[in-house]
Amino acid sequence: MNTFFNILIDGLAYGMVLFVIAVGLSVTLGLMRFVNLSHGAFAMVGGYCAAWLTREMQWSFWLAVPLAIATTALLGAVLESLVLRHLYRRKELDQVLFTIGLSFVLIAATNAIAGPQVQLIVLPPLLAGSVDLGFRTLPAQRLLVIGAGLAVAAAAAWTVTKTRFGIWLRAAVDHSGTASTLGIPIRTVQCASFAAGAALAGFGGILGAELMPLEPYYALKYLVLVLVVVAVGGMGSIAGSLAAAVLLGTIETASRYLASDWGSLFFFVAMAVLLAWRPNGLLSGLAKR
Amino acid sequence: MTTHYAPSAAEAITQVPTSSKSVAAEAPHCAPAWRAPFIVLVTGVIACAIFPDQLGLIARIFIAGLFVLSLDLVVGVAGLATLGHAALFGLGAYAAGIFALHVHADPLLGLAVGILIGAIAALASGAFLLRYQGFTFLMLTVAVSQIVLNLVQKARDWTGGDDGLSGYAMAPLLGRFAFDLEGKVAAVYALVVLVVLLYMAQRLVHSPFGLAVRGIHENRARMAALGTPVFRRLWLLYTVAGALAGAAGALSAQVNAVVGTDSLSFALSAEALVMLILGGAGQLTGALVGATVFTLLHHTAASINPYHWLFVVGGLLMLVVLIPPVKAWAWMRRCAGGAR
Amino acid sequence: MNRDALPDTLLDVQALDKRFGGLHVTRNVSFHLRAGDRLALIGPNGAGKTTLVNQISGVLEPSAGEIWLRGENVTRTSQAGRVRAGLARTFQITTLAPHFPVQRQIELALFEREGLTGRLWRSMDSYPALQAEAQEILARFGLQAHAATPTEDLAYGEQRLIEMALALALRPKVLLLDEPMAGVPKGDGARLLAALDALPRDLAVLIIEHDMDLVFRFATRIVVLAEGAVLADGSPEEIRRDPRVRAAYLGV
Repeated sequence: MNTFFNILIDGLAYGMVLFVIAVGLSVTLGLMRFVNLSHGAFAMVGGYCAAWLTREMQWSFWLAVPLAIATTALLGAVLESLVLRHLYRRKELDQVLFTIGLSFVLIAATNAIAGPQVQLIVLPPLLAGSVDLGFRTLPAQRLLVIGAGLAVAAAAAWTVTKTRFGIWLRAAVDHSGTASTLGIPIRTVQCASFAAGAALAGFGGILGAELMPLEPYYALKYLVLVLVVVAVGGMGSIAGSLAAAVLLGTIETASRYLASDWGSLFFFVAMAVLLAWRPNGLLSGLAKR
Repeated sequence: MTTHYAPSAAEAITQVPTSSKSVAAEAPHCAPAWRAPFIVLVTGVIACAIFPDQLGLIARIFIAGLFVLSLDLVVGVAGLATLGHAALFGLGAYAAGIFALHVHADPLLGLAVGILIGAIAALASGAFLLRYQGFTFLMLTVAVSQIVLNLVQKARDWTGGDDGLSGYAMAPLLGRFAFDLEGKVAAVYALVVLVVLLYMAQRLVHSPFGLAVRGIHENRARMAALGTPVFRRLWLLYTVAGALAGAAGALSAQVNAVVGTDSLSFALSAEALVMLILGGAGQLTGALVGATVFTLLHHTAASINPYHWLFVVGGLLMLVVLIPPVKAWAWMRRCAGGAR
Repeated sequence: MNRDALPDTLLDVQALDKRFGGLHVTRNVSFHLRAGDRLALIGPNGAGKTTLVNQISGVLEPSAGEIWLRGENVTRTSQAGRVRAGLARTFQITTLAPHFPVQRQIELALFEREGLTGRLWRSMDSYPALQAEAQEILARFGLQAHAATPTEDLAYGEQRLIEMALALALRPKVLLLDEPMAGVPKGDGARLLAALDALPRDLAVLIIEHDMDLVFRFATRIVVLAEGAVLADGSPEEIRRDPRVRAAYLGV
């Protein structure tokens, strides 16, 4: 029973990290049909910023994290408007290869600046301990991750359904040609969404720093997992990404606990089955979207 | 009742202003299939002669070239972007290694086993994968190859798991040429296999089948409207590509006398894709150029600092993508199926 | 076997029905084509004409109803199977292999017709009879000067000609033309019109068109489609006089 609960909590936390990193990529893919394989680098940059601010600059965690996220957002916006948007019209393969090349360069740059060692984020005492829920005690860090993931999901859902930006976003995803003739500032929507996705990825990198250690190869190492979540959840579907991330994260955690010599086999089998069953995304059968 | 398709109706249609009424302008024509393999053979022999102390590296280039060639069939000719091709390479490698270790150490038999296993793996996975397209297909190729990797890691008793498969020694090639320490036999062996398979790939690509597969790449809807059984054609092509990848894997296992799980890795699939794009996809010869350039660059740069190497490759990739691929399409206009 | 089809019925569409979720795009459509028929399918935009053609050619599967081609039930047959059974179509949006030289594109159609695309060894250049036929087809359409030109470099009107040439190269018994003149300015359409006039006499042709001059000049029968259902089916004269048709086009 203890193991079951641990699997649940760890799996949920892992899934939330994957979700927070993946949701930006999913929206970008759905919105701009742009396959951005440098997305993992944003998660890495966010984590590195937070690590540097908390360790070298001795900033408080609660101040460092927002700044790290903002920095990542800025980097995303700059990259998008200067470089990446020129690739929107290119073939998928071209986008894949360009962004892989970009990832390589960012990995090399990260190593040149910060060296190859793993970066640690200094957690505040509040998060380093455990929280007593009455029937169980949980590591506070896990609680933060799960809570943050749910908050991101809620905020994303609210933005998309209740705000003007969200309406613009959905119109642009469904029909960018028509949307722009209606006066929706497509470029702004694209750049802002991309920056938001990058910011969330950075946030995810910070949240997941324990599970996914921050070192220069991070940008590509965990990219496959993120892509899997996006593919299974369906491009452009926030709810789908959440469902896919939690489901797959739990399966991976369970297999690590119960069948570790099978490696990630069950994760990828589950992924293949889910994707083959629902190629357009887990929830594509339900929503009219 | 037969429908009458008489050319007599021609007059009515040609009574319109055209620039010239001459007989058909320069018709498209393919280069002979043996030309590129011949050039590769000559170049390879010269390279081996000029650099006798680099034969290990040269053999690696030949093997990489064969692997990227097989990827070119799938990506460049058929238009199926895959990140799981290493699975076919690795399975061929493990098959050849296990065969040498447990059954018979004859290289040519092992090569045949590698080819067979590569083909079977492609046949089996293709039956599932080819029902999908685009991003879904891409992700499923990743899934399949990761599943294969994990299964191989689990089957320690056969494959050695993470430690790799080793402890087998190859018998002399054709009963006479033992694999020597300098790598002469290995290099020539790899070159000959590459040249022979390149020739077969050229013929494939110049055939009506190759034309149809390119047609599927360029416009699937058009091919379906022409009556092409699209799935069957792609399946056959994928199987042939699997055979070639298996051959490359077998060569690798035999020349290096060891097989590791990196032969099944995502990194290898991605690397092969990079090599292909660097050299130019769709022409078969581009695959060889890309493999050569990449391997040589990697060999020189990696010794300096593995991270700086990433600067070079990353920069090159971005450059190659940004410069429009004029060369490839100009070539295609000559033949739509053949090589220069 | 078809219930009440006449012996030379080549295409028999029976009670075809198609829904996309809540959208009812084809409502109980029935008609048939005999050898030599020139049937024009007309109707307002959104009436479901291309959807209907897509179901007949096998791109879409109908929700209900049957399609019989030359005495065979092809409702569940693949596109490729229907082509082999004698059906060919053109697309409203030009659908060509963009980088293929024009002659190669035609040759590919011929290879497919002769069942040669399963051959892996002989070069595509070693079939002189098919190459000659491809050149002859190009000459028939006045495109022989463009044999080596990539299809994407052709003028739009010439691309539309290739669309038709490809369908005819397959030697079909039933031909579906989806707006062959679409996007071609009135003046440039001479060659296309000539090609339409030169279609083999006993070929059964279904043509979707908006140009009424062309329709009345070319068609022996007209089916009017509105909101997915057959509004009227008859000779050009009957259709011209039919008040419901006028109402569908001009009214509401």
